[in-house]
Amino acid sequence: MPPFSTKTDKPKDAKGAVRRLVKYMFKYRALTAAAVVLSVFSNIFALLGPKLSGNAIDVIAKGYGRVNFNKVYYYAGLMILFYILSVIMSYVLSSIMIVIGRRVARRMRKEVFDKLTRIPVGYYDTNQTGDIISRVSYDIDVINTSLSADVVQIVSSFITVVCSFGMMVYISPKLVISTLITIPFSIIYTRYMTKKTRPLFAKRSRKYGELNGFTEEMFSGHKTIQAYAHEEGVISGFDDINTAAADAFYDADYYGTIIGPGVGFINNLSLALVAITGAFFYLHNMASIGQISSFVLYSRKFSGPINEIANMYNELMSALAAGERVFRLLDEKEETADAANAVELKDVKGEVCVKNVTFGYDKKKPVLKNMNMTANPGSVIAIVGATGAGKTTIINLLMRFYDVDKGAILLDGKDIRNIKRDSLRRAYVMVLQDTWVFRGTIKENIAYAKEDATDEEIIRAAKAAKLHSYIMSQPNGYDTVITEDGNNISKGQKQLITIARAMLADASMLILDEATSNVDTRTEKDISEAMIALMKGRTCFVIAHRLSTIREADCILVVNNGAIAEKGTHDTLIKEKGLYYNMYISQYD
Amino acid sequence: MKLMLKYMKPYKAKVIFTVFLKFAAVILELLIPYMLEYMIDEAAPKKQIIHVIIAGIIMVILALLVRAMNVSANRLAAFTARSSIYTLRKDLFRKTIYLTGTGFDEISLPSLISRMTSDSYNVQSFIGMIQRIGVRAPIMLTGGLLIAGIMEIRLSVVLLCMIPVMIFVAVFVSAKGIPVFRNVQAKLDNVVRILRENITGVRIIRALSRSEYEKKRFSNANKILTDTDIRAGMMMALPNPLMNLFLNIGFTLIVVIGAYRVNAGDMKPGVILAFLTYFNMILQAVMGINRIFIQYSKAGASADRIGMVLAVPEQERKNDVSGDYEEYDDENVIEFDNVSFRYDKNSAESLKNISFCVKKGESLGIIGSTGCGKTTLLNLLLAFYDVSEGSIRIHGKDIMNMSLYDIRKRFGIVFQNDTIFNDTFYENINFGRGISIDKAKEAAEAAMIDSFDMDYPVAIKGMNLSGGQKQRLLIARALAGDSEIIVFDDSSSALDYKTDAIIRNNIRKKYGNSIRITVAQRVSSVKDMTHILVLEEGEMIGFGTHESLLNDCSVYKEIYMSQMGAFE
Repeated sequence: MPPFSTKTDKPKDAKGAVRRLVKYMFKYRALTAAAVVLSVFSNIFALLGPKLSGNAIDVIAKGYGRVNFNKVYYYAGLMILFYILSVIMSYVLSSIMIVIGRRVARRMRKEVFDKLTRIPVGYYDTNQTGDIISRVSYDIDVINTSLSADVVQIVSSFITVVCSFGMMVYISPKLVISTLITIPFSIIYTRYMTKKTRPLFAKRSRKYGELNGFTEEMFSGHKTIQAYAHEEGVISGFDDINTAAADAFYDADYYGTIIGPGVGFINNLSLALVAITGAFFYLHNMASIGQISSFVLYSRKFSGPINEIANMYNELMSALAAGERVFRLLDEKEETADAANAVELKDVKGEVCVKNVTFGYDKKKPVLKNMNMTANPGSVIAIVGATGAGKTTIINLLMRFYDVDKGAILLDGKDIRNIKRDSLRRAYVMVLQDTWVFRGTIKENIAYAKEDATDEEIIRAAKAAKLHSYIMSQPNGYDTVITEDGNNISKGQKQLITIARAMLADASMLILDEATSNVDTRTEKDISEAMIALMKGRTCFVIAHRLSTIREADCILVVNNGAIAEKGTHDTLIKEKGLYYNMYISQYD
Repeated sequence: MKLMLKYMKPYKAKVIFTVFLKFAAVILELLIPYMLEYMIDEAAPKKQIIHVIIAGIIMVILALLVRAMNVSANRLAAFTARSSIYTLRKDLFRKTIYLTGTGFDEISLPSLISRMTSDSYNVQSFIGMIQRIGVRAPIMLTGGLLIAGIMEIRLSVVLLCMIPVMIFVAVFVSAKGIPVFRNVQAKLDNVVRILRENITGVRIIRALSRSEYEKKRFSNANKILTDTDIRAGMMMALPNPLMNLFLNIGFTLIVVIGAYRVNAGDMKPGVILAFLTYFNMILQAVMGINRIFIQYSKAGASADRIGMVLAVPEQERKNDVSGDYEEYDDENVIEFDNVSFRYDKNSAESLKNISFCVKKGESLGIIGSTGCGKTTLLNLLLAFYDVSEGSIRIHGKDIMNMSLYDIRKRFGIVFQNDTIFNDTFYENINFGRGISIDKAKEAAEAAMIDSFDMDYPVAIKGMNLSGGQKQRLLIARALAGDSEIIVFDDSSSALDYKTDAIIRNNIRKKYGNSIRITVAQRVSSVKDMTHILVLEEGEMIGFGTHESLLNDCSVYKEIYMSQMGAFE
């Protein structure tokens, strides 16, 4: 992933996020424990190498003709043994961490998905699809990578530092003093540099974010820009942003790339110090050449991870920030659970009665006030109003996507809050303007409404939806696969598929969003006929656009600014000379 | 690679200097263990304290020099990366903005965006990295081998044997890794697809109570993703421990062989010590080269994608502001003469034999269902695409012979799903045309969107405006230029009938001198036009007034009847 993002990658409650992430890892506590043990041993085994090689070199250092090969082979054998053990352990360790990381990711994805099935539908209206998806595809992946790579790194860096230091002290406490001189340098230096560079890198991310945003905006407006001959203006705008991004990149790199050579320098300096003191000690027989050798190797191992931990810090922070984003979604309020005495619906007649209902998405701002309405079985209720006037609010309440604040909605005389939600929703079928198909065969798409639908039933539904002959004209008939987003079939056919699906559902009430004429006139005719067939015998709530539907409706609800402004039949509303009348007249202007 | 070199070329001197600095730094760095060996093997046994100290000081000086050189080299490299990528992005942006409609469609918007952003980023990091590690690693490798060889040829053989094995592991695993990761990506796409389907279909799914089924479906995809990902991860975790193992085996071999050499009196023990330090360096170099390979496979692919855009031939007609814009006064302002068009040679015709003429003071409505060719017709009129057959004339002049500026300057237009920019309200209307604030206010008033301050900050994609407000702002933009021709492509879908009617009325009154072209699906939006053009599947099946079409165009009549009282 490129290191730019418009999101701020700083966790707000780092401790809380850590606690919850640890909880996830705790679900795999046996594996985690094994990982910790393996990590300790694998690092210790790896760290024994330099000591053993030092011992071997001491044997060798006896010089010409005096080397005891038994001892050399003994140490060499041990070295190989420990290295092999260490490599096996470290591979098993990374495998375990990969398994833990991926399983945690899987669990999180599952929890997010399950959550999404319980969250009120309003969440989807106020959050962008891309944003929800990026939590699953990007954020969880960041956590996963961090768990399986960074955690091991940090643990093993820690062990390496501690153990190397221990070995150094063990080999020669006096030599340690020479290293101690450079350690503070190294720590102060990295700290100073990260402090200095962090705002520069943050600025760089920000500038890149701006560059991305500008690019996306202008490329999307490509045609408009050309139509208004504004190319040069946009290009000069881009030049400013491009320069700023390039400069921010350079500024960050100008300091950022010093860190490597700087740390390298400190390491070399420490090597020189160790060498000089080592040579003195050797002169005065205070250290053997083998000891110096192992000491040099350990001091290299010792200073290595300090820089790495500094780097890792940034990655951990972005993982925590990603974790927070996921947790925020998991903490969203859910639809209220079914009441304990909720009943299952049987043989729905389809009488809907709205009684004194008051409702607002924000409790302080009710959009429906004291609404009353009765829909008899088989009647048609038309809901009209401008786009965005709040027509879906009524639908949301009927299907209990939201609960009313005051009053009650009764279905066949029962308060819908006392009906099991699944059972209530099954009593409705929906055909919405945004036709929804998924990747799968036409058959699967139709049968989606009824799991155990027979082929016969499916064909009957397709025929009723005037879709059968089209399906049969496809090479694979009912097994024709609809691609993602249904781009291989026309809008009209998609609409017909959703109608066929609704036909199959055995529900006594229908919610229908009449699509405007965005299909060719012939399909349009098929659709309207299919819809009429679908409405037959069902209590219908129609978000209506066709005058014929509206005129014949048993009741028209005129929605304005999120509230019901007028209610009545076509004739009574015309007589009232209110909003409906105005809308009706305006189309003849 | 060619592309990258091309953009680095202006900084040739700097690049060469960077390489030189890196080279020198590596050589000096390689001398440090040599000094170590000298101290332990030569100076210390002879008790030459002065020599030890001098050698120590030399080590420190070397370390200082190495740091200084590396820092300057890195900074130079960063500068080159910055400058070359700045130019690359500049060229790419200019190219993209000037792409023809055909060129733009071919590559597609999301792809163009990602070429501009993540691809250019990949190239940039590679340009920076190749100068830093790309020089260092090979020199470190050869230099390390060389010095080690001079120091002790036999021990070097061990090194030489280990390196191919390690390179093989790196190459093998990364080659295997690419398809494995592609597979993981495909599985992730599956998970995302199901998630997306569940988000877009949430109401239907809940209405049909299929949540449990969806959970199962997701859970399956999720499991497959996890399993594939675990396999991929375990494979990619292999090279590191394996390389470590080989390194350490080599390490042990050196100790053993060294023991024989020392015992035979051919070698001093300090050599082993220095050797082990070189060994570390060489290993780092090998790992560095491994990283370069991985990075290159990414950056190379990115550079190719960018190169493809840059290689699109230049538009023949420049959309130059200095282009000639003339006042014509031919009565026939817009004339289509037997125009046909296909998007590419092999596809079916999107427009067939369209002929009509619009005179000064007249207006034109275009109606038809989705995909009938309405927008294509506009695209041709504004020369986003060139006609396949026939000709389009503006004031009697074939637009093929006009500069793009000359053509487009005449238009004020609202496209379908048009863009609103993250800028002030005024700039969104002005759009760089130097329109006075008063003119902009006038246009906003006519478009019934005058409740906003001119310096109101409009968010990206107009997210702080409602659908209706956005459309009205776009209409204001189209009106503000007092253009000769004003085009509305389905620009009132989010407006209620009443607002739509008032705006139409305002335009008629205040911008009556302009020719209005309105593309619509609603009959009510076009029925007052001088001419109405009815399109079906790219063919012109009617041209006339509302009344005449009701009489002689059955499709028009059908649309009219079905919409009679279409209600919002």
